[in-house]
Amino acid sequence: MILTAAFFSAAIVAGTPLLFATLGEIITEKAGNLNLGVEGMMLMGAVMGFMVGLKTNSPFLAILAAAVAGGAGAFIYAFLTVTLRANQVVSGLTLTIFGTGFSGFIGKGLVGEIMTVDIRKFFAPVEVPLLSKIPIVGQVFFHQDMFVYLGYILAVLLGIYMYKTSKGLNLTAVGENPAAADVASISVSMYKYLHILLGGALCGLGGAYLSLVYVPAWQENITAGRGWIAVALVIFATWNPYKALFGSYLFGGLDIIGFRIQGSGLAVNQYFINMLPYLVTIIVLVTISFRKSKKNSPPAGLSVPYFREER
Amino acid sequence: MRITKKPEVSRKEEIKIRTLSILFALITSGLFILILSHNPFEVFAGMADGALGNTHRLKSTIIKAIPLVITSLGISVAFKMKFWNIGGEGQILMGAYLATVVYRTFPDLGRPVMLLLMIIAAMIGGGLWALIPAFFRAKWRTNETIITLMMNYIALKWITYLQYSAWKDPNAMGFAKIAPYGDNALLPKLFGIHIGWVITLILIMIMHFFMNYSKMGYEIAVLGESENTANYAGINVPKTIITAVFISGALCGITGFVQATGVSGNLSVQLTAGVGFTAIITSWLSNLKVPVILVVSFLFAALVQGASYIQIAFGIPDAASTILQSLILFFVLGSEFFIRYRISFKKNK
Repeated sequence: MILTAAFFSAAIVAGTPLLFATLGEIITEKAGNLNLGVEGMMLMGAVMGFMVGLKTNSPFLAILAAAVAGGAGAFIYAFLTVTLRANQVVSGLTLTIFGTGFSGFIGKGLVGEIMTVDIRKFFAPVEVPLLSKIPIVGQVFFHQDMFVYLGYILAVLLGIYMYKTSKGLNLTAVGENPAAADVASISVSMYKYLHILLGGALCGLGGAYLSLVYVPAWQENITAGRGWIAVALVIFATWNPYKALFGSYLFGGLDIIGFRIQGSGLAVNQYFINMLPYLVTIIVLVTISFRKSKKNSPPAGLSVPYFREER
Repeated sequence: MRITKKPEVSRKEEIKIRTLSILFALITSGLFILILSHNPFEVFAGMADGALGNTHRLKSTIIKAIPLVITSLGISVAFKMKFWNIGGEGQILMGAYLATVVYRTFPDLGRPVMLLLMIIAAMIGGGLWALIPAFFRAKWRTNETIITLMMNYIALKWITYLQYSAWKDPNAMGFAKIAPYGDNALLPKLFGIHIGWVITLILIMIMHFFMNYSKMGYEIAVLGESENTANYAGINVPKTIITAVFISGALCGITGFVQATGVSGNLSVQLTAGVGFTAIITSWLSNLKVPVILVVSFLFAALVQGASYIQIAFGIPDAASTILQSLILFFVLGSEFFIRYRISFKKNK
């Protein structure tokens, strides 16, 4: 048997770094910016979180360092694309290359180091009172570590923010039609900056989850392409934080099911399972453009630089 | 503060701003090296020495430059049209894959025929792989950025499958690798370097002519400026997209062929070494201009080669070259603003 409660529980753990990065990229893209630096920001967060955790033995400082590192990466991107109106695709890719180099450089001396016992204990799974007693559901969802719970909360908070608050509607306006938002005296640049930075911080946290909790030791290129899966997940979730929650755990499950199938001796090809997230993303994207449905489309102003004087 | 678009920028000024930005990137990385308590001038000199210091090092640099030049040529055809092909990695792999299919189907062909068939197969492999997103873009305006990106990973998983399962070499003593080519499928050498460099020079000449003097090259440039103008001028937009992207992918496919038959001697998951992404940087730095691509790619290859040398000489991790590369691009990306816009300071009344 593969699809046990233990498997679903592990799928949530595997999906959590994806969830943080996906939520981060959703709000970035909602502000009209396609940041392909996710992988780089995750790596920056992962390495800084790990190093600070190792040096200070403080889980809070480790998390803070990771968020700041991801945000700092995002700041480079925001400055280039918002203030200097540079090409978003190339700026984002360069950020990924920078983040890869940065983590490789800082992490050179950390390879093989293991996270401290205190921090590992701090992030050990905790049961949520009452909820964890629900059969199966309790074991899958409410016997997890704090990052996982933070992921649930963040997804819901972001959903409320985006759909139920005036600031969230302003954000949608900035992403859909920045000129109109500008006329309505919404500060386009400020919205873009804030959401790109917040997005970067979330990517940093996603990376830190890998180095502090999931692995929890340093290895080179610890994200192993998860940043790109997150970029894919944004489309899979059609820019919706609630769907991102579901999508991340689904893709997390796909990530770990290969090994389990191999172990169980089923004749399913694990390499093809590993292809699925990317394949599904392409199908979703093509379907959206084919149907031209307004509801699930990317923000209309995505990756178009906004320049008031050219309005 | 007011920002206005510059009407016309002189070539001299453009070159001045770009040179300044690269200088700033070097100063920034110099400061970084200083923080690591090394002398930046010594380190930069060490890099230059490591990349160009003797014949052997120069050869290594050229071998690293070859895939970068060919892939950059491919990427820039698509970018010129504002088709964001970031699928170079996948197109390189699929080119090498189809070339390997030819080798495995007809293993006993003579070398000239074999290599000719393999390079054609590689062009078709890379071209077709690029054509899939081009088709969606031309038909339904599907965003090609993400699709080309996703297809990198599909290609990578496919080659992983071949390497670890379907094509795993039983004679490799348990190592997961695909069987090496026979001598009849290896690129010959000229002046001590595989003839990929000759192929590169030929491609540069062809692409220079194609982009600047052919009708198709002109149509690609017009389409890149504005799709409306292209429609108005009677350019067949879907046809132009499809053709240009096929060429773009085919060139990446050639990179796959050259790396497999000239460097690694087999098909493998490490074949690309990230060239598909680095080429995006070099194309952009070259302003998508063919002759400049040759210079920039060579300098980048020197950077990579030099960095592996300073790792040994100074104990600076070779990831420093990746940081330096991205710093240069950050500064150049930022500098373009000052080429396009003028900032004037005025008191608000």
